[in-house]
Amino acid sequence: MRYDTVIIGAGLSGLAAGVRLAHYGKKILILERHYRIGGLSSFYRAGGIDVDVGLHAVTNYNPSGPKSAPMARLLRRLRIRLEDLELFPQFESRITFPGAMLRFSNDPELLSTQVEEVFPGQGENFRKLARLVDDLYSRDFESGPASARKIVSSIITEPLLVEMLFCPLMFYGCPQEDDMDFRQFALIFLSVYNEGMARPRRGIRPLLELLESRFEASGGELRTRCGVSRVEVEGGQARAVITDKGERIECGAVLSSAGLLETAVICPEVLATRGSTAGGPEPEPGRMSFIESIHALDAPARDCGHGFSLNFYSDDEKFIYRRPEEPVNTKSGVICLTGNFDYDKPVDKELLRHTQMADPFYWEGLNKEEYATEKKTWRKRSDHSLFTKVPGLAEHSTFLDMFTPATIKKFTGHINGAVYGAPVKIKDGITPVENLFICGTDQGYLGIVGSMVSGVGIANWHLLK
Amino acid sequence: MTGEGIRQAILDIIKEIVPDEDLSSVDPEKPFRDQIDLDSMDFLDIVMELRKRYSVEVPEQDYPHLLSMSSTVDYLLPKMESL
Repeated sequence: MRYDTVIIGAGLSGLAAGVRLAHYGKKILILERHYRIGGLSSFYRAGGIDVDVGLHAVTNYNPSGPKSAPMARLLRRLRIRLEDLELFPQFESRITFPGAMLRFSNDPELLSTQVEEVFPGQGENFRKLARLVDDLYSRDFESGPASARKIVSSIITEPLLVEMLFCPLMFYGCPQEDDMDFRQFALIFLSVYNEGMARPRRGIRPLLELLESRFEASGGELRTRCGVSRVEVEGGQARAVITDKGERIECGAVLSSAGLLETAVICPEVLATRGSTAGGPEPEPGRMSFIESIHALDAPARDCGHGFSLNFYSDDEKFIYRRPEEPVNTKSGVICLTGNFDYDKPVDKELLRHTQMADPFYWEGLNKEEYATEKKTWRKRSDHSLFTKVPGLAEHSTFLDMFTPATIKKFTGHINGAVYGAPVKIKDGITPVENLFICGTDQGYLGIVGSMVSGVGIANWHLLK
Repeated sequence: MTGEGIRQAILDIIKEIVPDEDLSSVDPEKPFRDQIDLDSMDFLDIVMELRKRYSVEVPEQDYPHLLSMSSTVDYLLPKMESL
């Protein structure tokens, strides 16, 4: 059996690419090492319910936006209707820093007026920034990389406001430390602040199952518990993949969603002409990873006085976004109250999710006993910072689980558990191996919608000819 | 396939790609673009659906023929009448 394309990884990007290619009659095989599909946006069972591993909220929501908006375009390519996603909008989110709080919602006007109220005189600057972001987006990102911090600080003259605006955007999609590429900033700014956020009432599972069934209905084949140990390259062309079990599968092309450096482990040729000859920096893995603790609530958070959907906070005026010196940076984080979205009917179980930056080197260096002890210690410290932000919720919450960078590495294969991949992105998906392409986190689009946009885009550009 | 059959086939394809569009009043002489919100990827999808469903190839230089319903039907008729 020879496949037109073998896709490595059944995360959202690989599945979306598979759906698109199989729909147009390509013979496609998706190989997933884990026993469950979903990759960085998978789920697991705990306490009798489905718990999402990555999803807080879906960005790019924009239900009444133009047909040219990312979500609308993506859904047309996949022949999926917005209703199929069963998304319900956030109530309202907030950014909390020492002495200042900004509220934002799916109506961009709220953030705009909040900025003016909390930082008098900055309203016009904020609108100027929003216009610049819009402008860049409509020019299709043809400009080169630029420091977002430099650009934003040159427009917004109140340093605390700069930090506050960066906080959600970095937490939700920044692969590099301290700063981000302005194009990436613009993309996330639009998807979070302008288009807004929503949540599927039943989490990520229905979307994964929808993609899987679409893929299989079009004749696509999916194998789980089947990793790829090597890509066979001959004359600059991928000829076949060798599975962990030693099976050789011939193919006309390979689409890898594993990440660039992760792909290099099974196919060193993808790095062949990069670095010195390309004039760019040697690719380095990302180092931004997180812990997340998940608690089940026995009462609606709203009834306990907490009506926000998401709270992005920092206890320092300067928002530090980098691999922490300590195992966990407990001074900033994201709190997601999964019940606080405008659902048609209540969720089965309201969850409280709390994310903080963590040091992947530390967590991956521990032996089994140390790991268990350290997890307990840092969970306590992390919970402490959590429950000072949401007083009154501690007595209503039951701890379900906590994952660390080591957990992410174990289940997704991403080096350092870097959920946003490597800082340097390969926008066109092209590698030195002529018929091997990269999609997913290292292609550059992030988030639930972005990952699918990545898979569909690379499929369209390179594999549907 | 008759001209009418091809017209229906095109409508079915467009309906699949943009299910929310009202296609009942599409004027066959006016460009699709002025009546239906279709972008360049949507057009490519129409071409690929034609290949998938009817094994009809539309080379890139012929895309201008797909301007309106009547020009599309005229263009496809010789390719599809034997189907």
